Amino acid sequence: MAGPRNAGYRREPLWRAAMVHRVSGLLLALFLPLHFLALALALHGETSLDRFLRWTDQPLFKAAETILVGLLAVHLLGGLRLLIIENMPWRPGQKQMAMAAISIALLVAAAFLVRII
Amino acid sequence: MNVRLYLLQRATALLMVPLILGHLAVIFYATRKGLTAGDILGRTRGSIGWGLYYTAFVLAASVHGAIGLRSVALEWGRLRGRSADLLMWVFGLLLAALGLRAVYAVVM
Amino acid sequence: MSEAASTTIARSGTALVPTGAAETTIDVSIWRGKAEGRYETFRVPMRESQTVLDVVTYVQRHLDPTLSYRFACRVGVCGSCAMTVNGRPRWTCRTHVSKVVENGRLEVAPLANLPVIKDLAADMAPFFEKWQEAKGVFKPTKSRADDIVQISPETRERRIIDAAIECINCGVCFSACDTVRWNEEYMGPAALNRAWTLVNDVRDGGNSERLFAVAQGGGCHACHTHQSCEQHCPVGLNPTASIAGLKRRTMQAYIRGELE
Repeated sequence: MAGPRNAGYRREPLWRAAMVHRVSGLLLALFLPLHFLALALALHGETSLDRFLRWTDQPLFKAAETILVGLLAVHLLGGLRLLIIENMPWRPGQKQMAMAAISIALLVAAAFLVRII
Repeated sequence: MNVRLYLLQRATALLMVPLILGHLAVIFYATRKGLTAGDILGRTRGSIGWGLYYTAFVLAASVHGAIGLRSVALEWGRLRGRSADLLMWVFGLLLAALGLRAVYAVVM
Repeated sequence: MSEAASTTIARSGTALVPTGAAETTIDVSIWRGKAEGRYETFRVPMRESQTVLDVVTYVQRHLDPTLSYRFACRVGVCGSCAMTVNGRPRWTCRTHVSKVVENGRLEVAPLANLPVIKDLAADMAPFFEKWQEAKGVFKPTKSRADDIVQISPETRERRIIDAAIECINCGVCFSACDTVRWNEEYMGPAALNRAWTLVNDVRDGGNSERLFAVAQGGGCHACHTHQSCEQHCPVGLNPTASIAGLKRRTMQAYIRGELE
């Protein structure tokens, strides 16, 4: 039998912004080893790296790259918001700041997608 | 997270703010006519500047990501203190090793 | 309802609502049991300016005297009546039903992140233990023989304290915090907010132990700035800002080698 329903505070935009920050950070951390392994193909010469890059010219990879650019941007901007909160006098309008961070990251990702398709 | 881990994570975050802005700029620049190995390596091979830039980036990201992963493991993975610390060290060192190897591959 | 099936009652010349007509009611689901239990639904008449505490009290007085809950002052001062209302922690004595009712329904449960004693009464002991851990206790530097310290309301320290001092210890922030939920070591917003007021109290002599205490694993640096405490604090405090202050202060102390 489950306990009482008591997590309604998660319906707050700022709570959601915090989850966006955590999940984007987690996904970026998990992506980095793959990123590094791919670049290390250059150890075997330029053609080796280029063969891999040509293999990633598929829609699936382009979608993944777009998402990664968005994750990087949203983690950067969300992190900036946190650094400002933690190190400067409190300023109101945090919901707007969080929404702005997410919106700008979406725009950056969209711009990247337009560029690579 | 104690004050030491906090300071390391926030300091690496601050360091990465300009590094990520630069990285995003390079991402957009590099994809202007498709990503090619020749293009990438032409920029980085033999460049001390890019070598230092990516070395700093790799080390900062390894520290930052490892400490973040520790928090996530503690809170969502229900790992106890000691095993979360172990995960942090293993992941951080692995990330740093793979990252420095990648920097070596594109710069040397 | 048949006993009042007839007329409009008049008192002091004021006509009241005819009670015989379809009386407006509200269905309230109330948690019964401990950590495990179930919701029990009661039908309660709706009143003007009715608070959630009024609804719970009505159930206990008229429908089921075995219902357990906690309250004292009923005017938002004592901090004892906090409960989970439609999923969120609230001070029930100052929460109007009309503001929180969803589709004519109300769901009342004990505070989250605390053991349940019975029904709506949560055990506050862990909450207050965290205050002790955070050294949320004034440590005097003078005796009663000394003069009273003059503190101008204009000083920076006093302004910082003013912004954080009105905590009523209700536990709403503790119950709204996912970091508390996910990290059992974490001291929580209220205890750290209290520590922050004492850090800025020029009369207090306990700062070296206090800063050391809140710089440990479960201290201020465990806060991820979800800001749920700020969003839910019934008296409008901002524990997130207080915790950010502690983060800065402990970081400076750490860099200067003053911790320990």
